Amino acid sequence: MNVLEVSNLRKTFGDEVVLNDLNLVVPEHTATVLIGASGSGKSTLLRCINLLEQIDDGEIRIDGIEISDPHINEDTVRRKLGMVFQSFNLFPHMTVLENITLAPIRVHRVSKEEAIESAKTLLSRFDLLDKADQYPDRLSGGQQQRVAIIRSIANKPRLLLLDEVTSALDPVLVNEVLSIVRDLKADGMTMVLATHEMGFATQVADEVCFLKDGHILERGTAKEVLESPQLPETKDFLKRVHEAGRL
Amino acid sequence: MENRSPARSNSGRAFSWVPSAREKNRQVARAKIARKRIAIATASSFLVIGALLVGLVTSPGWEVVKKTFFDWNYGLEILDLVVKGLVTNVTLTIVASIVIGIIALGLALARTSKSAAMTPFRILSTVYVDVFRGVPLLLVILLVGFGVPALRLSGVTNSVIVLGTVAVIITYSAYVAEVIRSGILSIHPSQRAAARSLGLSQAQTMRHVVLPQAFKRVVPPLLNDLVALLKDTGLVSILGVTDAVRAAQIQGSRTFNYTPYVIAAILFLLITIPLTRYTDRVLQRSINKQNAQGSA
Ligand SMILES: Nc1ncnc2c1ncn2[C@@H]1O[C@H](COP(=O)(O)OP(=O)(O)O)[C@@H](O)[C@H]1O
Ligand SMILES: [Mg+2]
Repeated sequence: MNVLEVSNLRKTFGDEVVLNDLNLVVPEHTATVLIGASGSGKSTLLRCINLLEQIDDGEIRIDGIEISDPHINEDTVRRKLGMVFQSFNLFPHMTVLENITLAPIRVHRVSKEEAIESAKTLLSRFDLLDKADQYPDRLSGGQQQRVAIIRSIANKPRLLLLDEVTSALDPVLVNEVLSIVRDLKADGMTMVLATHEMGFATQVADEVCFLKDGHILERGTAKEVLESPQLPETKDFLKRVHEAGRL
Repeated sequence: MENRSPARSNSGRAFSWVPSAREKNRQVARAKIARKRIAIATASSFLVIGALLVGLVTSPGWEVVKKTFFDWNYGLEILDLVVKGLVTNVTLTIVASIVIGIIALGLALARTSKSAAMTPFRILSTVYVDVFRGVPLLLVILLVGFGVPALRLSGVTNSVIVLGTVAVIITYSAYVAEVIRSGILSIHPSQRAAARSLGLSQAQTMRHVVLPQAFKRVVPPLLNDLVALLKDTGLVSILGVTDAVRAAQIQGSRTFNYTPYVIAAILFLLITIPLTRYTDRVLQRSINKQNAQGSA
């Protein structure tokens, strides 16, 4: 069963065509990794899926239901999706626990006790229980991003969208965040993630998609795309990532 | 990053540390510089302020000025009348600020809302704010205070104090609405995006994510407006409300002595100065916090 189906997606900002005739299918329990140069449209694609951007053509389906239909209730769609941003975007006026329980209580109408209970279960699973009553500004970047991930999975989303969740972090903090994502993958969470961490992509990706010029230029398993890319553009991109990594 | 304060990361155990000879010399030098600075500040303050005072007191008109403006015995006599008037100003300020808060919040929400159904309210609140921010408060007080009774509407009060308060509320709601709106607009769009992607509706996002953060940011300007509001309640005296200003005026014109005005001014200052000091402290604290966040 496919959780996400994107077909012929087009998205422009003014004169700039960011996504053009893009197709993507994400089956249940799989992880799709988006790679591509900065500005290639990875964030835009994730934001379109989450209805944070209005698309210009094509179709997006979640569990077979067309969410690009103008009549659809956006809030209902977003309830089924989780999104984690590069810049964490925790709510600074709420404690870690309040951040996590806000949507379950207000959106999913879970009782307060139950929401706190399951939030604490998640926090302790990822070694953050002692931070439950702290405000985000008292946490390291890595801890903040882990809380942001927990916040989005507390809603039990059908599909998790992760946008370069480690790009704003100190290199030493990257791994604690990636390890959560690996755990979620092992749990069978369906996800689409944009990342520059190629080693990590190899570990979690069922499919790797290389974005360029508005569509997916090359796709395949991590082994195929990352180890033996077919197209010169992909080779060139990977070479540059590799060089940047060695700097 | 884990533990911000290096002192605490040492789990309470203090380093035994004896300052080096070099550091001791530095401490002595620093203390000397500090003493010198204090001496200079004290001397120059005495000199300047003293000279001003001496100039004032020895000036030829001083005796007359003292009798007309600073007749403390007379001031004490009429003090309770002016204080009673000030109670009116304070009460008016408290009542008005509550109503203003509610109306201003409504105006700000209407203006920032994006929903189609809210369009007429968005237009109306924009017009309202534009109009009442641009008209002098005194004019609004005169219009409402004298204009409404002239209509002879049945069931509408002719009480000057009520009409005066309404006029103040009308104008200040426009000011405060703009302050709140600027607070709402200052919240980064990524906060909304995060809230919306968790499934929160527009209204829930506003209520739980945007407004609480916006309010924190606008507390200092709102406190400024509160000080201004207290002072501007003095304007309703023009309608004949016996507030502190009017009480002072009645006494002053009875005896041709201006001490009651000075007394009224001092009484206002007794409230406004602590309030402004407090506002500065709140502002400083929020700036410090933002700086700390910026460096994190
Ligand atoms: N809100 C926006 N308005 C205008 N242009 C945008 C906007 N968001 C993204 N873009 C443009 O779309 C292109 C793709 O951006 P983005 O999706 O952020 O790429 P990536 O995430 O792969 O780095 C960029 O050229 C960017 O300038
Ligand atoms: Mg991006």
